[in-house]
Amino acid sequence: MGLAKRIIPCLDVNAGRVVKGINFVSLKDAGDPVEIARKYDEEGADELTFLDITASSDNRDLILEIIESVAKEIFIPLTVGGGVRSPDDVRRLLNVGADKVSINTSAILNPNLVAEASSRFGSQCIVVAIDAKKVGDHWEVFTHGGRNPTGLDAVEWAKKMVKLGAGELLLTSMDRDGTKIGFDIALTKLISEAVEVPIIASGGVGSLQHLVDGVLLGGADAVLAASIFHYGEYTIREAKEFMTNNNVEIRL
Amino acid sequence: MIAIIDYGMGNLKSVHNAFKFIAPQTESIVTSDPGVISKADRVIFPGQGAMPDCIRELDNRGLRKVVIESAMNKPFLGICIGLQMLFEKSEEGDVEGLGILEGNVNRFKSSKNLKIPHMGWNEVEQNSPHPIWSNIESNERFYFVHSYYVKESDSSIKTGSANYGNTFTAAVAYKNIFAVQFHPEKSAESGLQLLKNFISWTL
Repeated sequence: MGLAKRIIPCLDVNAGRVVKGINFVSLKDAGDPVEIARKYDEEGADELTFLDITASSDNRDLILEIIESVAKEIFIPLTVGGGVRSPDDVRRLLNVGADKVSINTSAILNPNLVAEASSRFGSQCIVVAIDAKKVGDHWEVFTHGGRNPTGLDAVEWAKKMVKLGAGELLLTSMDRDGTKIGFDIALTKLISEAVEVPIIASGGVGSLQHLVDGVLLGGADAVLAASIFHYGEYTIREAKEFMTNNNVEIRL
Repeated sequence: MIAIIDYGMGNLKSVHNAFKFIAPQTESIVTSDPGVISKADRVIFPGQGAMPDCIRELDNRGLRKVVIESAMNKPFLGICIGLQMLFEKSEEGDVEGLGILEGNVNRFKSSKNLKIPHMGWNEVEQNSPHPIWSNIESNERFYFVHSYYVKESDSSIKTGSANYGNTFTAAVAYKNIFAVQFHPEKSAESGLQLLKNFISWTL
């Protein structure tokens, strides 16, 4: 026995509410972030991720307030992503109680941000989010919710981000996000084997078997899901029991 | 009063939030004032980031002396880098630690099956009884995030161990010092219990 695989519910936050979209469009309201965070904590979530999916300047203040309220009463790691553009943005989020900050588009516009932020705050709090989509026989990095291609190869990009100081990678398959047909296992395995830092698999979870597959087939260290938990299809507890029964080491 | 030592590194908010949550009636202060720290009844020595930066920032704020004094005369809780800095030398940046405890800090060797940092919930086996372990079962899980681990010279100070590739030291206890590699402030119920035990620990 040793390190447990993590289950991370993801709260997509828009204008102070938790929402869930399909392929990043058509948002549905899923509730109050603090209440949802408390419920997940009680059910045994190993970590929580908040993604500020609109991340305009107004929402920036809202997410700071949300993180501050959550951090006062929930004592598991909190990750926040969306609209992080500078080391100062990272500092502000850490100061209100975030433990890790996830950087996506800004890392592509300015890869040095990852180096600066990790040297200032430590690699342990810098997560790089990679949104990848299959193009021909390889995976390409996309931005803006899968709309804009970058021309970057996902594996090369992952290696570069780790070299610059990312302590963890949040890997989302844009082909699978919101589809409920399971993680892109081939992509997860490819990236997991290419870098030494932990990988969080994301995008496509529709059943508890998908979580097991992400770990056992994809080699993910953590699995992230949103809608299966928000709409009450499964509780975190059920997910954990299912994974344990399928030979995945989990914190019960 | 509990002093949480602030030397400009890492996220002290979580540690402070945890103390306010478990003991709202006990005053806890995040401080870089040596005077406040020396008057405190209990001291928390947290830390995140790279050890060379932590040692440098500690010295820039003139805190080395008061940390060493506190570690010798009052309930003292080291967390993560706050554990590592108590030792003599770290492989991270080849830097000297505070040398309060004998031993070194080494990096995990990465391999295909061993991701670095060691990140997540791992089981902590209790190697010796201690008031800080009260109401916490052996092999309870705590949240870790680190790439380096301590190797003490005197194995009798090891009070908790975990397995990641090999067995490594997860907690040490020496007189009024208790120091842990994991983050009790992020370890849900078991972590909060450990912090409660620290508050009620009498020497």
